[in-house]
Amino acid sequence: MMTSTSLVYLIALPLAGAAILLLAGRHSDKWGHLLATGLSGSSFLVGLYQLSLMLGRSNGQRPITQKLFEWISVGSFNIDAGLMLDQLSICFVLLITGVGTLIHIYSISYMSHDPDRRRFFAFLNLFIAAMLLLVLGNSYLNLYVGWEGVGLASYLLIGFWNQKPAYATASKKAFVMNRIGDMGLSFAIMIAFATMGTVSFSGVKEAAGHTSTAALTGIGIMLLVAATGKSAQFPLQAWLGDAMAGPTPVSALIHAATMVTAGVYLITRSNFIFDAAPTAQLLVVIVGAITLMFGALIGTAKDDIKKALAASTMSQIGYMILGAGLGPVGYAFAIMHLLTHGFFKAGMFLGAGSVMHGMNDEVNMRKYGALRKFMPITFATFGLGYLAILGVPPFAGFYSKDMIIETAFNSGGSKGVILGCVTLLGAGITAFYMTRVMILTFTGKSRWDDQAHPHESPWLMWLPMAILAIGSVTSGYLLSHGDALVNWLSPLFESHGEHAELLSPVVVSGLALVMVAVGVAIAFLKYSRNEVAAVAPDDVSIFTRVARQDLMQDRFNEAVFMRPGQVLTDVLVKSDEAVIDGAVRGVGRLALGSGSSLRGIQTGFVRSYAALILIGAVVLVAAIWVVTQ
Amino acid sequence: MNAANYLYLSALLFTIGAVGVVVRRNAIVVFMCVELMLNAANLSFVTFSRINGDLNGQVIAFFTMVVAACEVVVGLAIIVTIYRSRRSASVDDASLLKR
Amino acid sequence: MINLAIQVGQTAAPEATLFWILAPLTFVAALGMLLVKKAVHSAILMAFVMIALAIFYIAQGAPFLGIVQVVVYTGAVMMLFLFILMLVGVDSSDSLTETIRGLRPIAITAALGFGGLMLSLLARATLGRTVVGVEAANAQGNVQGIAHLLFSTFVWPFEVVSALLITAALGAMVLAHHHRIQERPTQRQLSIDRFRGESLASAAGLPAPGVFARHNAVDVPALLPDGTAAAASVNASLKARGDVLDSSVFELGRVDTSVEEEK
Repeated sequence: MMTSTSLVYLIALPLAGAAILLLAGRHSDKWGHLLATGLSGSSFLVGLYQLSLMLGRSNGQRPITQKLFEWISVGSFNIDAGLMLDQLSICFVLLITGVGTLIHIYSISYMSHDPDRRRFFAFLNLFIAAMLLLVLGNSYLNLYVGWEGVGLASYLLIGFWNQKPAYATASKKAFVMNRIGDMGLSFAIMIAFATMGTVSFSGVKEAAGHTSTAALTGIGIMLLVAATGKSAQFPLQAWLGDAMAGPTPVSALIHAATMVTAGVYLITRSNFIFDAAPTAQLLVVIVGAITLMFGALIGTAKDDIKKALAASTMSQIGYMILGAGLGPVGYAFAIMHLLTHGFFKAGMFLGAGSVMHGMNDEVNMRKYGALRKFMPITFATFGLGYLAILGVPPFAGFYSKDMIIETAFNSGGSKGVILGCVTLLGAGITAFYMTRVMILTFTGKSRWDDQAHPHESPWLMWLPMAILAIGSVTSGYLLSHGDALVNWLSPLFESHGEHAELLSPVVVSGLALVMVAVGVAIAFLKYSRNEVAAVAPDDVSIFTRVARQDLMQDRFNEAVFMRPGQVLTDVLVKSDEAVIDGAVRGVGRLALGSGSSLRGIQTGFVRSYAALILIGAVVLVAAIWVVTQ
Repeated sequence: MNAANYLYLSALLFTIGAVGVVVRRNAIVVFMCVELMLNAANLSFVTFSRINGDLNGQVIAFFTMVVAACEVVVGLAIIVTIYRSRRSASVDDASLLKR
Repeated sequence: MINLAIQVGQTAAPEATLFWILAPLTFVAALGMLLVKKAVHSAILMAFVMIALAIFYIAQGAPFLGIVQVVVYTGAVMMLFLFILMLVGVDSSDSLTETIRGLRPIAITAALGFGGLMLSLLARATLGRTVVGVEAANAQGNVQGIAHLLFSTFVWPFEVVSALLITAALGAMVLAHHHRIQERPTQRQLSIDRFRGESLASAAGLPAPGVFARHNAVDVPALLPDGTAAAASVNASLKARGDVLDSSVFELGRVDTSVEEEK
């Protein structure tokens, strides 16, 4: 593999930005956001340069590495802090830095009234740097460093407005749930090292061929746990909704470019493990399927525009995980959907931010309505993202999502049928709730408060939205034109030959479009023709109520983990008090009691002490008497 | 005549001294009882010296006398000091250790 | 007497006689020391015990120690005791009732146990052992023998003991030194205080003790004109010591104030 010395700049630029902004403190308040944006943009330019170099090389020569320093060297265990850029990484690098830079630009305006804008940009840069380290690491251990960095940065950003206790709690929740996933990753690394003796991607790939299926399944399941944590998949999905506590650009960053994509990256990067462990792969598919339905159902009931979009992210990531679980055919489609999703979801989140910006930070969609006239650019960009996520041709989602649905149907047997139906149904529900968002927000009659003065956002905000909207429109076509992305990634994934085609692409697309049309139609019937109440009605079915409460995910966690945990800690506290403290206090009480009973001897009279001495002498003599007998 | 008789006498005198220290309250009498115990020990030393046929016991007895003299000097000075502050030579009156 | 005692020490039968006469007396004297009420009596009995012990030392071939015992103990230490008794003798008579409950039975039981065990131990330790005697060791003279040991084997303890003696002397001086808190009142000041006092009665001084013609000792209070005893006439320390005679026997029941013309 070729080596390079310039890979490190990809990470170093945003990392330096974070360091400078944090260390310089208030002195950088004036120019900090510009520096951060500039450094993020330069990182994007470096990424483009690397892409151009990579395009110039032949297929086998494309991956390049860079050894930074010797990290751990203990006996036969050698880990270098090293970077690797291959066809998969470059996709992520460009997505992260590209979308990340757009979000930076957007944030300059969005956060301009916040006194802590400089700190915000420092954390954004840190987030970008950590995510880049995650996708550029050449071993699971290096990936782990970035993985933890992403967790830290997300914690800092979700809790950016930590003066509100609810927001601080949300960031804590995200961090703790991520820790569970992190445990999975560390277990996976430990199992890999114990069974294979190496943790580098190339080493594990080589060793996977002659390692027992059991070990590989274990690693796979643990990696899946890690992915569910970072990507908010079932059963570790609960943090995502609360993560909306962060500023809207953060939500865009988390949902489109960084963080949640890490799980997809991990699974596609570990394709050699999942290919060799069918059980783990099946679990991946199941998790993806459950999450995609889970997210879609939550999305139908949310009145908070950001939470509705968050639920949609959960659902879309479910598609990607499902795709990644479908084996060699699916990996490329999962990545493609990830890239297109990055465009349209970032665009929609920024659009939501723009709407909030114009509506005094109101997030309840029931208080919107008829904003189309006041925010034409936002409406246009959001609408293009909406068409993309629906999968309407020729927008981006049409290419990527239909590929996954098609692959699901073609994965063979009853599994294929079930998965295909689930993905089709998910597409329909997606159409329903996204249409609902559109209708409630931009059409109908206005339902705002009197204080609201909706207006279009400044150009610094709509420019990134516009660029992302262009991406939403064109990226699908560009990536799938002549199977560009599939061919680009094909050297990384071992192909096992084509599956039997159950349904042809045309049929699948037709079915999908029918489902989408049905979803849109239902939404129109329900929301466009009837008056929408400004306050969420209470007389709704049990399903709506459950969906509003995120399908009881928090209740479930509370009942299954929190309450028993509290009981356990209560028992521990009680036993600590009774047994350990009891023992300690018992010793004290023993000393006190014996002391107070012995105190009677201490009369203070010298003669009584003399009598004690005499008794002691008697005992001594008696002892001598006994011993010498 | 059996030299052990001296030892028996010494043991009796020592016991009487010990009882005196515990029973009597006048500090001076208590002190004299201490002296009695020391003298009883001296008698034992001298007798041991005779039984063993060397003079080490007598030398030890000599040292005991010197130390006893020192002790008397300091002890009586203490009694005088206590008397001066408490107007009493009873050992029971000096019971501040209790509190 | 010394020579006699030395001779007694060398011949068995007279030594036994000496022992059996002197030992019971010593024991009784020691016991008496424990039982008598007055500290002075205790001191005298103590002196007797010490002299008896000195005789025992001499009889056992330790004439040097015997002499030292007489000089140091009966001479110096007992004198010191009596001197302090004089100083402190205010409550020199000690009531023999026990104030600490249960102390006396405990002490007597312990002492009986101690004495019994010691006697039994000594009996066991010395049974069947031949007495060597110090005649050989004293061949060059007892004083020379002890001196030889003292300045060879025991020279280091000897030096330490000398340091101890000096320290004890200094310590006694420090302890006995009385630090005056206030200035000593001068004669002039005392006079002024007397005349400026509450009444002029103090200016005349305290009445002298004793009853003229009947009992003019220092321990008898004087009689006031009305026949009652004048408390202020007796020294306070005598009173505190309980050595004051009861004045009521000297009080006059009826004072004849009629004056008879002398013929």
